[in-house]
Amino acid sequence: MELSEHIKTANVEDVTLRRPFHPALRGTLCVTSHHLLFSNRKDEASWQLLILLKNIDAIEKRAVGSSGTITIKCKDLLVLQLEIPGMEECLNIASSIEALSSLESVTEMYPFFYRPSHLTLLGPWGLSTTEQYYKQTERLWDRWRVSKVNSDYSVCPSYPSAVIVPREVDDDKLIRSARFRQGGRFPVLSYCHHSNGMVIMRSSQPLTGANKKRCKEDELLLQAVIDGSELGYIIDLRSAQQAQQARMTGGGFESKSCYRHWKRIHRHHERGKVVQESLIKLVEACSDLSHSVDRWLSKLENSKWLSHVHSALSTAGLVVECVERDGHSVLVHGSEGTDNTLLVSSLAQIILDPASRTVTGFLCLLEREWIQAGHPFQQRCAHSAYSHARLKQECPSFLLLLDCVWQVWRQFPLALEFSEALLLRLAQEVYASNYGTFLCNNEQERCAAGVKENTHCLFQSMLKPDIEEQYLNPLYEPTDLAIWPSVHPQSLQLWTGMFLRWTEYAQNMEEAREEVWSIVKEHRERV
Amino acid sequence: MEHIITPKVEHVKLLNKYPEKKSALGTLYLTATHLIYVEQTNNSRAETWVLHHHIMSVEKLPLTAPGCPLLIRCKTFQLLHLLFQKERDCQDVYQSLLHLSQPVKEDELYAFLYTPHQNQEDRRQGWEFISVANDFSRMGLSNEYWEISPLNKNYEICSTYPSILGLPKNASVAVVTGSAKFRSRGRLPVLSYYHKDTKAAICRCSQPLSGLTSRCVEDEQMLQAISQANPNCPFIYVVDTRPKLNAMANRAAGKGYENEDNYSNIRFQFQGIENIHVMRNSLQKLLEVCSMKSPSMSDYLTGLENSGWMRHIKSVMDAGVFLAKAVSEERASVLVHCSDGWDRTAQVCSLACILLDPYYRTIKGLMVLIEKEWISFGHKFSHRCGHLDSDPKEVSPVFTQFLECVWQLSEQFPCVFEFNERYLIEIHNQVYACQYGNFIGNCQKERLDMRLHEKTFSLWPHLLKNQHLYRNPLYRRSLESTVLRPSTLPLHFKFWCGMYNHYDGGMHPKQSVLDQLLSLTQKQVEGERTMTELQRLAVADGVLPDPSGLISTPTKQDSPCEKTPTAPVVQSNGSCAPLINGDAEEAVPGAEKCNEEEGAES
Repeated sequence: MELSEHIKTANVEDVTLRRPFHPALRGTLCVTSHHLLFSNRKDEASWQLLILLKNIDAIEKRAVGSSGTITIKCKDLLVLQLEIPGMEECLNIASSIEALSSLESVTEMYPFFYRPSHLTLLGPWGLSTTEQYYKQTERLWDRWRVSKVNSDYSVCPSYPSAVIVPREVDDDKLIRSARFRQGGRFPVLSYCHHSNGMVIMRSSQPLTGANKKRCKEDELLLQAVIDGSELGYIIDLRSAQQAQQARMTGGGFESKSCYRHWKRIHRHHERGKVVQESLIKLVEACSDLSHSVDRWLSKLENSKWLSHVHSALSTAGLVVECVERDGHSVLVHGSEGTDNTLLVSSLAQIILDPASRTVTGFLCLLEREWIQAGHPFQQRCAHSAYSHARLKQECPSFLLLLDCVWQVWRQFPLALEFSEALLLRLAQEVYASNYGTFLCNNEQERCAAGVKENTHCLFQSMLKPDIEEQYLNPLYEPTDLAIWPSVHPQSLQLWTGMFLRWTEYAQNMEEAREEVWSIVKEHRERV
Repeated sequence: MEHIITPKVEHVKLLNKYPEKKSALGTLYLTATHLIYVEQTNNSRAETWVLHHHIMSVEKLPLTAPGCPLLIRCKTFQLLHLLFQKERDCQDVYQSLLHLSQPVKEDELYAFLYTPHQNQEDRRQGWEFISVANDFSRMGLSNEYWEISPLNKNYEICSTYPSILGLPKNASVAVVTGSAKFRSRGRLPVLSYYHKDTKAAICRCSQPLSGLTSRCVEDEQMLQAISQANPNCPFIYVVDTRPKLNAMANRAAGKGYENEDNYSNIRFQFQGIENIHVMRNSLQKLLEVCSMKSPSMSDYLTGLENSGWMRHIKSVMDAGVFLAKAVSEERASVLVHCSDGWDRTAQVCSLACILLDPYYRTIKGLMVLIEKEWISFGHKFSHRCGHLDSDPKEVSPVFTQFLECVWQLSEQFPCVFEFNERYLIEIHNQVYACQYGNFIGNCQKERLDMRLHEKTFSLWPHLLKNQHLYRNPLYRRSLESTVLRPSTLPLHFKFWCGMYNHYDGGMHPKQSVLDQLLSLTQKQVEGERTMTELQRLAVADGVLPDPSGLISTPTKQDSPCEKTPTAPVVQSNGSCAPLINGDAEEAVPGAEKCNEEEGAES
């Protein structure tokens, strides 16, 4: 079925558009395969609204006499209303939106059709590869190597084709270790600390099962990681009880007797559906216009969103403590190793590594630790906070990361080279984008769909010099030190820039941001 | 001094709030004014100074194996947990602090001991620096509708009101005095703020003595006069800031609220701000949340909710916003009262002033506002702050709530206030410190009887001298003409960590945007001043003649239309210089600042 077959009514005249902080507008509404387009008839050139259909999370239809109203709730939390004369047109438009906003085939999605004149498909896609990262990181050369054991994605379907592993562990051992880990996600290097060479590894849970199975190669692999130093830490992102229970379904944990030089610490993190529901509840609380403070605080508490932020930052702090302060290597995993694992390992790097706090460094970190590492973006970000669709694989792990990074920035407003604007842009792009960067669930899928050949890369486009400036933090002063955020509840705040994005408040903050820029620019001119 | 049993105790532990962190070991000193804790390690010396007046309570906790613990809670929300080796020492310090922190007589307060290097003339000018009368002229009064009247000059009409009152021109003396008799404690309706653009006024008073049926013709005429003083609106709002239930209960005691049937053209409105006792208990609960050892996010948010504190802050803000809207949008005058008209009324009127008039959002403007709405209108600072050993039921954080509302506004509008958060916190600390005379006593008459202007110094010149610390670098003068329309949705109210957890440094951002921006803009100011600094030195050395006379003669720059304070009035006088008790902490940096200021002035 062609996409255009979903469009029964392509054009409606005399539609009224209502959105926050703009006067109501009358104009023409168009539906195309990928966009909802609104243009003001009087002055077509100067004003129009263009919304990617994929950005639409939910719609509500309401009949008022012979006309209809559609409320559109976007994944970036914008809510707007269209008043459409003619009930039939209204229903047609609504059904087109419903069908076209939930396309499942990747190659039908807009990034495959986005061809702006200023970008070329021949340019580089992505910022770096595992090999390049290895080459740039001299510290790794001695004890670590790049393995291509997964070059055809057969060892681990969700890993990239190349991974970094201890030099002394050969590919055969990796294959055996992969068989012993859920989804084949055997322990690989995530980060090597510049000052002491300690590493952060990540994996999925070991498949010890009820019979306490062992895997010698997996044990050797981890032994090779610590290489003679007496101790490493396994940060298990489940409670001890949950880890025990996982054994009943074939999963498990690294027992002390088998991994004698590794000490296991359990930290409970919510995952999947629970976190998605938190987001839904939080956004619902933020759009509650009742004036009861008690109700707001109780809804905020009940959403648990800030509790997730709290846990993620606390555990990242624990990892940093092991690596930086105590000088031990760390292995991080939960169950699948594709969500909280990536969240904790990348947050730890922001705290530890000054290189990951620049614009380029941060985007490289996201590419390495989320896109290449196989965070299933397509599944996790299929819906955002408004959808009434039954939850399947949705989980806002990536949004949680962005929130945590914002908390770090709030506490260390000089230490990050990028600004809140970059985080907000990413929060938007991850749900609906012109670019191919967040398409699919892993490298293998991206390869099969031809994402690199047929779409533009978001990160490349963000790093163009003229575009980059808007993402810069005017107050940036690099520091080599670890930046430990406080995790006292009083220190963590609602990310107003994100969750109150479409309110007057955001406009006042924008004024302040401009003022900061003008002070800094004035200062630079003087010096 | 007779209260100090042991002036020095060694080997006292200062327990850290977080058990994993090491506690300090040091020496405790008691002076006439301060408790000083000195922690001496090999090469560093850390001092903690706590003013006795800042101590809210001292509590001896049960004896433990490592020693005898003493918990000191401060009005500045600092918490000190000390551990003594000897029970005897603990008891002595406890006894001493009980007396020192709760003086019985006014003249035991710090302000009466504090003598900065200022002569009588400086002192006089310091007190005259902020003038309520000037603020009335700034508003354009007197005019054809309003007059500034000396009717209360001997405090005979109302003992807790200021000596000058803004009254409608067409209210006769009989109406004024008659109305005063019908209002609780004689606090008749008078002008608080006149909004030039709309000719609408904010007036304030106490509750009427209406009981169940009483009425008073003069009071009705008084409200009529207020209404007639505004040609732009045929009615006035009468805002009772109390919850309706409380107001109704007062009727049984012969007090109450205005009956709309008896007054022509009033629109009556309740606002539902709770009384001082509810507020005191709420703060108590909030502070329990703040001092929880390691709460989970849920514990914290639930505790915050249960304290009710944010709800109360919002209720004050809502009422302030109601007033500002009525005046600026409906062009209607508003008469505000609560019970006595010195707590909730002060909060709401002063907040509305800030929303309406950009002048009050400046460093000097806020001083004027506090002087006008709080000090001169008889907010009972001595009672509410518990300066002296008196009825604990009179203590309530009413003024703190006002400061927090201003802070909440500054969070929503980062570019419209000339001052930053530290200014609000400093004012809060000074209110409780009693180092200056401004906040001693309960009303103007009491202050006059205490001869505060002769015996103590005014805080305002001291704050102005340090105004570079309190500047908001984001302040945009271009935005100043706007009436603020804050959102009062609950989610816009934040917990004020900088105030209630001020002393928990670990909770605050580790890098400060404020400091960074201040230093960026400070360098600019300094750069521009280099030349004049050199010139100034030359003048001081007698090499150059003094062109402006600035160095030796303090200038008076108190013109009524002045938008921002441009220069401290009190100069070259060392107002923060040493005092008799050897308050080194104040003296040394203060003296340095004086020098800087002098350089900056010429």
